[in-house]
Amino acid sequence: MHQFFEKVLSIKEIPSILMLFAAILTFHILSPYFLSYFNVKTILELFPEFGIVVLGVTMLMISGEFDLSIGSVFALCPIIIIKMINLGLNVWTGVILALIVSLGIGALNGTIVIKTGIPSFIATLATMMFWRGTVLAITKGTPPPIPKEVLPLQISVTGWVGPIRVSLIYFMAILIILWIVLERTRFGNRIFASGGNPKAARARGVNPAKVKITLFMLTSLLAAFAGLIQAFRIGSALPSAGQGWELDAIAASVIGGVSLFGGVGSIIGGAAGSFLLRIIGNGLVLAGAPGYYFRMFVGMVIIAAVIFNIIIKEKIRKMR
Amino acid sequence: MITMRKIPLVEMKNIHKWYGKIHALKGVNFKVGHSEVVGLVGDNGAGKSTLIETLCGVYRPDKGEIFFEGKKIKLSSPKDAIEMGIETIHQDTALVNTMDIKRNIFLGREPVGNFGPIKWLSLKKMAKNSLVALKKVGLELKSSSVNIDELSGGQRQGVAIARAMYFKTKLLLLDEPTNNLSVKESEKVLQYIQELRNQGISSVFITHNLYVVYPIADRITVLRLGENLGEFKKEETSIEELTKLLKY
Repeated sequence: MHQFFEKVLSIKEIPSILMLFAAILTFHILSPYFLSYFNVKTILELFPEFGIVVLGVTMLMISGEFDLSIGSVFALCPIIIIKMINLGLNVWTGVILALIVSLGIGALNGTIVIKTGIPSFIATLATMMFWRGTVLAITKGTPPPIPKEVLPLQISVTGWVGPIRVSLIYFMAILIILWIVLERTRFGNRIFASGGNPKAARARGVNPAKVKITLFMLTSLLAAFAGLIQAFRIGSALPSAGQGWELDAIAASVIGGVSLFGGVGSIIGGAAGSFLLRIIGNGLVLAGAPGYYFRMFVGMVIIAAVIFNIIIKEKIRKMR
Repeated sequence: MITMRKIPLVEMKNIHKWYGKIHALKGVNFKVGHSEVVGLVGDNGAGKSTLIETLCGVYRPDKGEIFFEGKKIKLSSPKDAIEMGIETIHQDTALVNTMDIKRNIFLGREPVGNFGPIKWLSLKKMAKNSLVALKKVGLELKSSSVNIDELSGGQRQGVAIARAMYFKTKLLLLDEPTNNLSVKESEKVLQYIQELRNQGISSVFITHNLYVVYPIADRITVLRLGENLGEFKKEETSIEELTKLLKY
């Protein structure tokens, strides 16, 4: 029994999953509507947009870097697509161009960080402002509507398969792929090493710069893809979309057990953390608390999650 | 075979290194034989680290030649040195503390199997071979899934040494391997190094503390202010004599 507990607790994904279940159980007790068909459907409808962003951020944070520009890229991508279509380009060309631009933004973030040695927190704070400014400059602050040409693509990104949105399937697929990459490939091993001790990684012939730039590009690409999903779902590209998500995404990863110093974390933890963050608002409202309490609660959950992670780690150490 | 043995594993001849105006190495000669433990001793600023970093490919000497197994070599990066069989263990850059033992041992050289289009990490192979490698240096651990930060300082050195042995390193450069270790742990590290020698792997033990290296070294080289004060076979010298030399 003792050994069984040690085995289960030492699975790094377990603490975040336990916390998620605890939160779900609490909200279920507080409100019978929380786990109702309609509510669950609503949560799952909106969740993938944030969830996909967090998956990228989690990978990047494990490699020891931050990206605060994700919210801006989230807003920029659909606006590029709309601009391209309005210029007379084909929908697909617009989408591909926008995704290529997001890859370029990620590469730029990574290159600034690696070449200049500026901490990524500062470098991407700057690019966050720059790209948000670009969004505002292009739109002049008014959200452009999505042109009709997008319709066929709209269905394949935010359409329905039975009761769930296609976007949830994308989220699950990306989650599985990234789990495999992180846990079961050479590249994944080098992500952990680059975040844990880049000097040691370099001494073994690993190139942390390459690993990190690749992940900056991935993070940016996923943020752009998520932005596209949201814009297609609501039929408009909001210039303010994704604002504040940069810190929400870091919070979600930390709740999921990712270390701010890099080298520690799991993709399933990041997913659980992002889901937990997203149900807090919903659960509070259903429990009868005014929506204003949301931020206070998130703050408390972050601290509780970090403490919980530490306690479990200590427990395992003592069991050995 | 006897003639083979006469060629040292490594021979560094007349090595000079300047850092700007500072003449860090002033024509140092240094050699390591086969299956030999050499103590490289000197005070801070004696040039120990510079000499070692020249040998592991971090710095290029401004003057002088390096021979490895009788052949003249040029090292332009640590990778070159690793490929030749020269590994360095620094205490803080040897291992990734947040990763487990097996992932550390195989970092950069991970075994993979094909699974459809994906090159799948062979975690089972890594786990099995890690334990085999650890056993060879005399480190008995239950599992290779333990994170490095849960090991003691001595065990960490054991893991790094086991890795070098597993990958058929010919020469291991250990930079202050017993710093910050308890007496008991230091003894363990000395045992690992002895085990290396038994397996035919030479090592250079770099330290400012003569007393640590004296018990296991076959030969001791003393550096002072960038100059080699001499190489001494242990039988031909005493700890008192060497201490005097270090002080001057």
